[in-house]
Amino acid sequence: MGWRPTLRPYLLIVPALLLTCGILYPFGLGLYYTLFDFSASKPQPDMVRLHNYETVFTQDAFWNSAWVTVLYAVGAATAETVLGVAVALLLHRSSRVGRVLEKILILPLMIAPVIAAIMWKLMLQPSVGVVNHLLKPFGLGGVQWTDTPTGALLSSIAVDVWVYTPFVAILALAGLRSLPTSPFEAAAVDGAGWWYTFRRLTLPMLWPYVLVAVIFRFMDSLKVFDIIYALTEGGPGDSTVVLQIRAYLEAIRFQRYSFGISYTIVLWAVVYLAAMVLVRHLGKIQRKAAEAK
Amino acid sequence: MTVRKRLLGWLADLALILYFVFALFPVAWMVILSLKPANQLFSTYFSFTPTLGAYRTVLGDSEGIPFVRFFVNSLVVSVGAVLLSLVVGLPAAYASARWRFKGSENLMFTLLSFRFAPELTVIIPLFVLYQKLGLFDTYVGMIWVLQLVTLPLIVWIMRSYFADLTPELEQAALLDGYTRKQAFFRVALPLVKPGVAAVSLLAFIFAWNNFVFPLILTSNEAQTVTVGALSFLGGDRPKYNLTAAAALVSVVPPLLLALTIQRYLVRGLSFGAVKS
Repeated sequence: MGWRPTLRPYLLIVPALLLTCGILYPFGLGLYYTLFDFSASKPQPDMVRLHNYETVFTQDAFWNSAWVTVLYAVGAATAETVLGVAVALLLHRSSRVGRVLEKILILPLMIAPVIAAIMWKLMLQPSVGVVNHLLKPFGLGGVQWTDTPTGALLSSIAVDVWVYTPFVAILALAGLRSLPTSPFEAAAVDGAGWWYTFRRLTLPMLWPYVLVAVIFRFMDSLKVFDIIYALTEGGPGDSTVVLQIRAYLEAIRFQRYSFGISYTIVLWAVVYLAAMVLVRHLGKIQRKAAEAK
Repeated sequence: MTVRKRLLGWLADLALILYFVFALFPVAWMVILSLKPANQLFSTYFSFTPTLGAYRTVLGDSEGIPFVRFFVNSLVVSVGAVLLSLVVGLPAAYASARWRFKGSENLMFTLLSFRFAPELTVIIPLFVLYQKLGLFDTYVGMIWVLQLVTLPLIVWIMRSYFADLTPELEQAALLDGYTRKQAFFRVALPLVKPGVAAVSLLAFIFAWNNFVFPLILTSNEAQTVTVGALSFLGGDRPKYNLTAAAALVSVVPPLLLALTIQRYLVRGLSFGAVKS
């Protein structure tokens, strides 16, 4: 045996380590590029140090994008959490209808977000789209869904909700099914009402599960790209230009590579900080839940 | 059962049905749209003469968009990415579940951080790099970058499956004269086979559904269906029926697979954070 047992775990992770380095390399390269003024029109770039970041933070466009991104992420994550938990609670009753519908719950989640956005774009066309046709009897025929700033943001959030509500619902449902039954039986014996049971028992015990879903959804929607690219391309005007769309426009459309990457580095830092805070919070909640059991 | 309780039950079912109408209607509408002939696209909503013409056009490449090739490309790069991740990821997952050592935790969290990193942070430098290296618009380039999606998923989920296996089984095998390698291939791996199958399918679906990598790192040769479907929306005349047909064709593989792995999805979706 000798050296082999101690070395074995290291040998096993070497391939994964190499692949990881292969992905970290472009990240490091990107970070390095942001210190230059590299663009298609300037293939021999000069070192500009932190100038790109200065420009980012002094641009109105950046603060607009940051604000739109936060609105999108908070809006989408909140709506998905409320709707997803509600769907999970309704499915948990396990009525005959629920058992049938549960089999297809996953469907929207498996459709590529960009395809979902294409589908909704066809449906939301103001003049010929089916949504306005269906709303006509209610006197709401001519809604300009993606052609007004607020409408475009809300429509994008709606597509996000359509795709990702099943994600929250699936995790919440798994949580509900794994809860111990005895507290609920005791509450029923005591004659506790539905709302009281939900507030005092279900929600606190379920929260660690839901929080995992909320963290995934919030962090994913901070870096939304596909849905907005296909639905609004950031428009009208700048109203839905989230940070990744802005980075795409700068780096790929205008070919200002260094400047575009600076945007993504800032977003990366934001996501990283959000993750740290949320995961720490999750750890606290999970410990508390474990103690309660 | 009291009347009140039964009424509430109906209301709950009604609410559930309303949500599922919202969830299913877009897909149903795409089916309708894709079956409409071009001259009835905008004149009617629900009554029309169904035709498969849109599918024939999309699959016959007659709009100058080689959709069948894009479909094959999606298959090749998604399967390739999953296979590479399995070969590289399974040993790493096993090692980090069986032995606690410093390097493994760092690697695991670096991998996890890929899951939450904004894709463009890596892709824009890769866009520049790939053009220098000749990897732009190639299968190899796509399979490489898709590791960002498939590798963290496979490593994290499989680690939680391996961690659930009691090490005593492998120890018994070692006592019986198996080598470590045999214990892994003949004892541990067969026991987590359902997990490997489920996570491979899920990784395949996510690779297939990816949009931003092929959007930026391919132009034609290695382009995939997600980018291809969007190109039907371009041009001066909107081709709604073709777009709907292309969208539907491109969601068939992930939907079929998803229905087969339902049971394993919770763990896969939450990276093992919630166990089913």
